[in-house]
Amino acid sequence: MTDTKYLETHEWYKISDNTFTVGISDFAQGELGDIVFITLPEVGQEFKKGDSIVEVEATKTVAEAYAPMDCVITEVNSNLETEPELINNDPVGDGWMVKAEISIMDDSGMSYSEYESFIS
Amino acid sequence: MFSGGNAKSLPLVGGLSEPTINQLSNPGRRASRFPKLDVPVTEINNPAIRNDKPLLPEVSEHDLVMHYSRLAHRNFAVDLGFYPLGSCTMKYNPRFADSMANLDTFANSHPSTPAEFTQGNLEILFELEQYLIEITGMDFATFQPPAGASGELTGLLIIKKYLEENNKTNKTNIIVPDSAHGTNPASAKMAGFEVVEVSTDDRGMVNIDDLKNLVDENTAGLMLTNPNTGGLFEEHISEISNIIHDVGGLVYYDGANLNAIVGVCRPGDMGFDIVHSNLHKTFATPHGGGGPGSGPVAVKGFLKEYLPGPIVIKEENGLNWYTPTSSIGRMHGYHGNFLVALRALVYMKLLGKEGLDKLGAFAVLNARYLSSVVSKVIPLAYNEPCMHEFVTTVKHLKKSHKIKASDVGKALLDKGFHSPTIYFPLIVEEALMFEPTETQSVDTLDDLAETLKVIINELQGDDISLEEYPKNLPVGRPNELIPAKHLTVNWGDFELLEITE
Repeated sequence: MTDTKYLETHEWYKISDNTFTVGISDFAQGELGDIVFITLPEVGQEFKKGDSIVEVEATKTVAEAYAPMDCVITEVNSNLETEPELINNDPVGDGWMVKAEISIMDDSGMSYSEYESFIS
Repeated sequence: MFSGGNAKSLPLVGGLSEPTINQLSNPGRRASRFPKLDVPVTEINNPAIRNDKPLLPEVSEHDLVMHYSRLAHRNFAVDLGFYPLGSCTMKYNPRFADSMANLDTFANSHPSTPAEFTQGNLEILFELEQYLIEITGMDFATFQPPAGASGELTGLLIIKKYLEENNKTNKTNIIVPDSAHGTNPASAKMAGFEVVEVSTDDRGMVNIDDLKNLVDENTAGLMLTNPNTGGLFEEHISEISNIIHDVGGLVYYDGANLNAIVGVCRPGDMGFDIVHSNLHKTFATPHGGGGPGSGPVAVKGFLKEYLPGPIVIKEENGLNWYTPTSSIGRMHGYHGNFLVALRALVYMKLLGKEGLDKLGAFAVLNARYLSSVVSKVIPLAYNEPCMHEFVTTVKHLKKSHKIKASDVGKALLDKGFHSPTIYFPLIVEEALMFEPTETQSVDTLDDLAETLKVIINELQGDDISLEEYPKNLPVGRPNELIPAKHLTVNWGDFELLEITE
């Protein structure tokens, strides 16, 4: 298990062996405001780094979360389908979005302190 | 302080909320009664016949009138208070123009009356066309489009047809600035073009280097407002239109911000080929209520035959209707919204050339004054002299006190002012956009700036709940979350929903 890393597009990911978990940062959920709907990918779907994997709909806007590296989806947080507010309440915990198997390892994200200075 | 624009004396502020018409309903009450049946009853047997009564409010006629009159008194309007909505030009519309449009002779003239019997009406459109092409620097105009967005679509369909007739069908791209109003890319898409976005530079102007990179043989045209959406004059407008013309594209002027330049400079001289102007914004028809409006499109001479018709032309025996030979087709029934055009002509005649020459200058003067006093409270988004409107940002307050642009807007409502435009243009974080227009007095502008200062201090207080604002209006902040999560269009369902949430 490694530290949580952050991307410039405001996702966080956490690598564990050959899989990772991904969600959006606390800053991102704050910017979006109340999240009302989320479109998750299907298990088995393949993505390249930078592909849109999740669509997040807030009251005033729609945003996307992007794949931090090439991967295959292994699990989605289906709780979000009925309780998208989990992302607002606990973005880096219960508000996780998908888990995926790493196809090409790319652990180039920012540390939390780097991300903190990036957003300030 | 007394200022003409403060609407704190309105029944709106401090009033109770008006019940809905359904809440006033009482079974059996009627506003009107049908006469007794004096023909034989015929049963209709059809599965589509509904057996239960529709859920309609049952109220007396007087209750009905009082209800809607009270609602009307709770409307904030440009005739009641200062309405500094940026990008919308909510200025005073002289009563005189309205009174002319209400004359029976105009209001009751049927649009299909033959031209020989309506020479006066045709003369109004013809004369207004001459004024408009003088103001915009173009050659011919159509009054068909009923609004600005319709004018955009008209302009783009003209570009499309022009390119088709000149065998330039490879030209598929319309360039639109990232600061543009959403109707620009939407109109381009609707006309069958691809939209290419050009970025804005640090000073808030079109990024010329980016534009040069985006332009190629597939460029059909560019859509632009000037002053642009940030309220700044595009200094390099001639270079911008040359870049587009060099590859055979056309340049379209979105007249949303025409109010800033009337009588000072002309889109035609800046290199624009097609212009729409919003008569209902710049020239004396009230707007913001969904119409009717008028978005006449004016073009340079080489595009005349593409205009939607009929347009008015001068013939030997007088004025007549004419449908251009390669017309893109109709955008509206008959010749557009005639009474809106009439108001515009009356307004122009009322001001005269002398008055029109000052219009843009005064609009800009008021905006520069307001920006100078407002910027002492909240910073400008671009440190450039503004035209008729300016953009400020409260992103620093969001960081320090979680105060968002919408909180400032909501708090302003309590103090008798309409909110400025918020979150637009989209490229400015936590934007508040002000447009005072030429018709507000300096006292009102000072009052607004002073009130903003009071609000910002108040919102930074320790035990403030931002969600509570507005506090003194009949209706508080709407819940945006529930309707976004559960779209219900039926009154009863919504009541239920509130209980279950």
